[in-house]
Amino acid sequence: MPEALLELDAITKRFGDLVANEGISLQVAPGEVLAMLGENGAGKSTLMKVIYGLLRPDSGRLVMDGQELDIGSPRDAMRAGIGMVTQEFSLVETMTVAENVALSAVGWGRVDARATQTRVLAAMERIGVHIEPARLVSSLSIGERQRVEIIKALFHDCRVLILDEPTAVLTPQDIRALFTTVERLRAEGLGVLFVSHKLKEVAEISDRVVVLRRGKLVAERRTSQVGPEELASLMMGVAQAPLVDTEAAAALGMPRTRPTTNAVHRSSGPPVLEVAGLVVPREGRDVVDGMDLTVHRGEILGIAGISGNGQTELVEALCGTRSPRAGSLRVDGVDITTADVADRLGAGLGRLTEDRRGSCVAQLSVEQNLVLEDLDDYTRRGSLDRRAVRTHALAMIEQFEIRAEPTTPVGTLSGGNIQKVLLARALHRRPRILLAAQPTRGLDIGTYRYVHQRLEELRDEGAGVLLVSEDLDELRTLADRIVVVLRGQIVGELPASEATNERLGALMTGQDAA
Amino acid sequence: MARSLPHLVLRGQQPRWLTPVAMAAAVLFTVVLTAIPIRLAGANPVAAFERYLVRPLSSQTSIFEVLLTATPLVFTGLAVAIAFRAGYWNIGAEGQFLIGAVCVTWVGTTFTGLPALVAIPLGFVAGAVGGLAWAFIPAWLKRRAGIDEVVTTLLLNPVALLVVQGLLNGPWRNSSTGFTDSDRLGAGYDLPLLFSGSRAHLGLVLALVLLIATWWVMSRTPLGLRITSSGLAPKTAEFSGIPVKRLQFRVALVSGAVAGLGGASQVMGVQHQLTQGISNGYGYTGVIVATLGGLSALGVLLVALLLGDIAVGAQNASLVLQLPPQLGQVFGALLLLSVLAALSWRRYRIVWRRTP
Amino acid sequence: MSINLIALISAMLVIATPLVWAAVGELVIEKTGILNLGIEGTMVAGAFVGFVVADLTGSPWIGLLAAVGAGVLAGLLMGLLTVTLGQNQHVSGLGITLLLIALCEFTFRVRYGGERPRLAQKFHPLLDGAGILEQHWMTYVAFLVLAPATWWVLRSTGTGYRLHAVGESFDAAEVAGIPVNTTRYLALVVGSAMMAVGGSFLTLSVLGTYTLDIINGRGWVCIALVIFGTWRVWRVVAGALLFAVTDALQLQLAITDLFSGVPRELMLALPYLVVIAALAIWGRSVHYPSQYLKAYRRG
Repeated sequence: MPEALLELDAITKRFGDLVANEGISLQVAPGEVLAMLGENGAGKSTLMKVIYGLLRPDSGRLVMDGQELDIGSPRDAMRAGIGMVTQEFSLVETMTVAENVALSAVGWGRVDARATQTRVLAAMERIGVHIEPARLVSSLSIGERQRVEIIKALFHDCRVLILDEPTAVLTPQDIRALFTTVERLRAEGLGVLFVSHKLKEVAEISDRVVVLRRGKLVAERRTSQVGPEELASLMMGVAQAPLVDTEAAAALGMPRTRPTTNAVHRSSGPPVLEVAGLVVPREGRDVVDGMDLTVHRGEILGIAGISGNGQTELVEALCGTRSPRAGSLRVDGVDITTADVADRLGAGLGRLTEDRRGSCVAQLSVEQNLVLEDLDDYTRRGSLDRRAVRTHALAMIEQFEIRAEPTTPVGTLSGGNIQKVLLARALHRRPRILLAAQPTRGLDIGTYRYVHQRLEELRDEGAGVLLVSEDLDELRTLADRIVVVLRGQIVGELPASEATNERLGALMTGQDAA
Repeated sequence: MARSLPHLVLRGQQPRWLTPVAMAAAVLFTVVLTAIPIRLAGANPVAAFERYLVRPLSSQTSIFEVLLTATPLVFTGLAVAIAFRAGYWNIGAEGQFLIGAVCVTWVGTTFTGLPALVAIPLGFVAGAVGGLAWAFIPAWLKRRAGIDEVVTTLLLNPVALLVVQGLLNGPWRNSSTGFTDSDRLGAGYDLPLLFSGSRAHLGLVLALVLLIATWWVMSRTPLGLRITSSGLAPKTAEFSGIPVKRLQFRVALVSGAVAGLGGASQVMGVQHQLTQGISNGYGYTGVIVATLGGLSALGVLLVALLLGDIAVGAQNASLVLQLPPQLGQVFGALLLLSVLAALSWRRYRIVWRRTP
Repeated sequence: MSINLIALISAMLVIATPLVWAAVGELVIEKTGILNLGIEGTMVAGAFVGFVVADLTGSPWIGLLAAVGAGVLAGLLMGLLTVTLGQNQHVSGLGITLLLIALCEFTFRVRYGGERPRLAQKFHPLLDGAGILEQHWMTYVAFLVLAPATWWVLRSTGTGYRLHAVGESFDAAEVAGIPVNTTRYLALVVGSAMMAVGGSFLTLSVLGTYTLDIINGRGWVCIALVIFGTWRVWRVVAGALLFAVTDALQLQLAITDLFSGVPRELMLALPYLVVIAALAIWGRSVHYPSQYLKAYRRG
């Protein structure tokens, strides 16, 4: 392996108690594509921000060409030869291509527009694209915008290019074009750090791959010597460690994985949620692309998939916060495709979304948040029946073991307690179908177990549950049936008893057409 | 070379004592700052503050004056507060107040012979309708086309003032004196005085009724909770099924109506005619009152009384200490800015951090 | 109908000059996504401080310098509240306007009581007797230096790029290594100084005296003009001229007693009405700076 171009030495970054990056060391060599794999929240974005000077590490060193760098701002990073294409493009839409490219190079003084244009064109030439420098960015397609971002990085003669989730928003053709560009740059001797959670792409483009999980670098492999299944299990940590910390579980006297109670295939009841031909666009692209699924009474249906394959948009379409372009949604036979929130709730839909803090009003109290969705039930002669609200809140606090007073502002609660408040709000209406998206992400072990128990009880009472999760252990222990989504479509279905991590991994990465 | 520099760091949690301390610091800071111009004007700051704050409350007559002065501020402060609570930034209370005054003047100079029992409710309705109509335009633009209301409500203020001036310079010029004041309203429109020997009038009672109603709606009804949620977290409110846009639109109209009632109250209770200075910046001061009052009904009342107290004191001081009465406004505006600053500082700690 | 064309154009330029200074200042600030409602107060402060200092020192130049200083302070205060502390832009701006107006009135009364003071020395028009060219230097500067220079700076310099980027996307600015808050402060200081100069034009050049309602809503006109001009210098200047010419025409017509049926107030209200009507018609397509009214927090 040639001498390293960029080297990270034991980078650690904390936010309060949370350790986002812990002692991460890696090297990128010239002419090498290093892929970094990791699930959402594994600490990839934080690490990228550290490298690019948007965040300062608490400890550790950055070395470029054997020289230690002191990077305090993106300008320092650029000067050192580091270029980055962020996931959410950082372009000014009302400026032209040339102005955007020049933006990070300009001082306060005059800009030589002609010289800029020449350099922009040269950078375009280098990767073999042409976009009119005088066009406004707002008129460009997503793929073109990304090319502008790459040109921006090359404009600074960068020698290490970081691509943060570059394919997340691209069409297949644009992905092809991107890969061609990356090949060219590799041939020129650039080092490329390719951050992704798409295994197939990583396998295709990279020479070497490192895996980040919960802020730590857990594996490093030559791409040619590792299969997608192994990568998937490394990334999700199912083979090595369960999501629930082993030592902690042992200390609490819990079995690491509970024996599955649902090994016997349940006889499921009539359908309670029917999704048919659902198409949901996001930024002009059909992120959910013709999805059909049915949840029956007394059943937990798990949705597995690597994040970014349409799960979020499916949940949003069900919640009513994003409009589908085609298809229908029915709860217990009632069409809710275009219904407003009150009608959805009335039809028997319960919602527990990924964005917990966005589901409650932080400044309002626990009791106010508990009744926010059914205020009419607590109204007596035009005013809020405060006694009933308080009684209800106290009952919920006891029943759901919420550690708070009725008058505590929700914003001051821990993540686990907020989830219990939301669980209480969703469950006390006795939903016929509960939508639970990442219901235990980031929760402590006690709440994790608690949430599972509640979901099982709900199922046993005859309701349906749609469980969207990135935690395969969770899906396997909880769900009766698991469907796998890939690129907005359902690509496979397994009863929980047959869903091994290997089979799920293969489906999730498109290796298997089960 | 390592230097220590101050950095603002977000606090994780705010200790309980912080808010009162921050507010007290803001008040103290304002008092100290206001002492400077008082001193420069050649007066003794202690004596001046005694005049501003204490003296107005020392006699019954002047307490009534304080109530009278606070009345329009309660209306406009309340109007601004309810709009802000819903997340609708109505900066246009000034214009809504003025148009309310215009409408009541039109009614009062057109139907002059009505008895008080008919005239007074009619006058208030006219004021409310005027304020509502003036608030309708920006509220509708916001709802239909998503046009930011800050600029539109603001720009309608000078338009309203020009409407008043245009009327007074033209068709409504006083028919007997020829001055740029309107004719006197019919006698039936005079609001009854509350106490003999004082000028405090029925408008104050209406203001208090509105205050209590607002307090009740905001803290005791589902509607209040919906409005509060819309203002604090519009996306979450939408998620919970609250029709945020419709709610903001309606609150904007109510806000305008309340400001318009203020205009009607000022015309019928104090001036009995339309004058160019009928508003005296009450709508703008309403933003101060609402913000300082924490957008709550009780807060609005307290701040309106405080500013009324200072305004009466400032009038008094201008006669005795030769201090221009604008010091009252200086105090109000400074207090607003200090409290804003103090409330922000509260969220931060200052950390001295070494930078290489 | 006898309209004196030279007098009309002269009047138009005099009316437009303070608007151009202040509206261009507001435009610079709004480019970074800050709506500065302190404009009205800042203009009053510029007019008043300029007047008092010129009165004390006998020199309008020192008065002008003091007015610039007052504008800078007003800009810094707005920056402290909205940029550093992240407070509401509209409430802070309005607070600054109310504070400055009250403070100037107070000081004026303390110092001059009921008098009508006049400056011993004020600026005199250049090119005496040159007809239409007989204008104040601040008018020349406004049209021949300030507007073109601002246009050029916004279009062709890194400063312009930076202001634009900050106003459109904190994210893009941050990734490009542009210090968002520093840039906003810079815009506030420079823009507020321009507003103050605009205010001082009335006391130091035109009137040579100060009255309590000297600005009389001109700041709000400028807010309208900036939107009317869709944040482009030349359109803002054109808007100012348009407003000024209708006002000048109105004054002339009042003198010549034609059109006496059209109230002057209606004409004065035109800029506001036109802007609101334009927003109503093209509202959806009017592109405000994307970070309008937002505070920037790093991290």
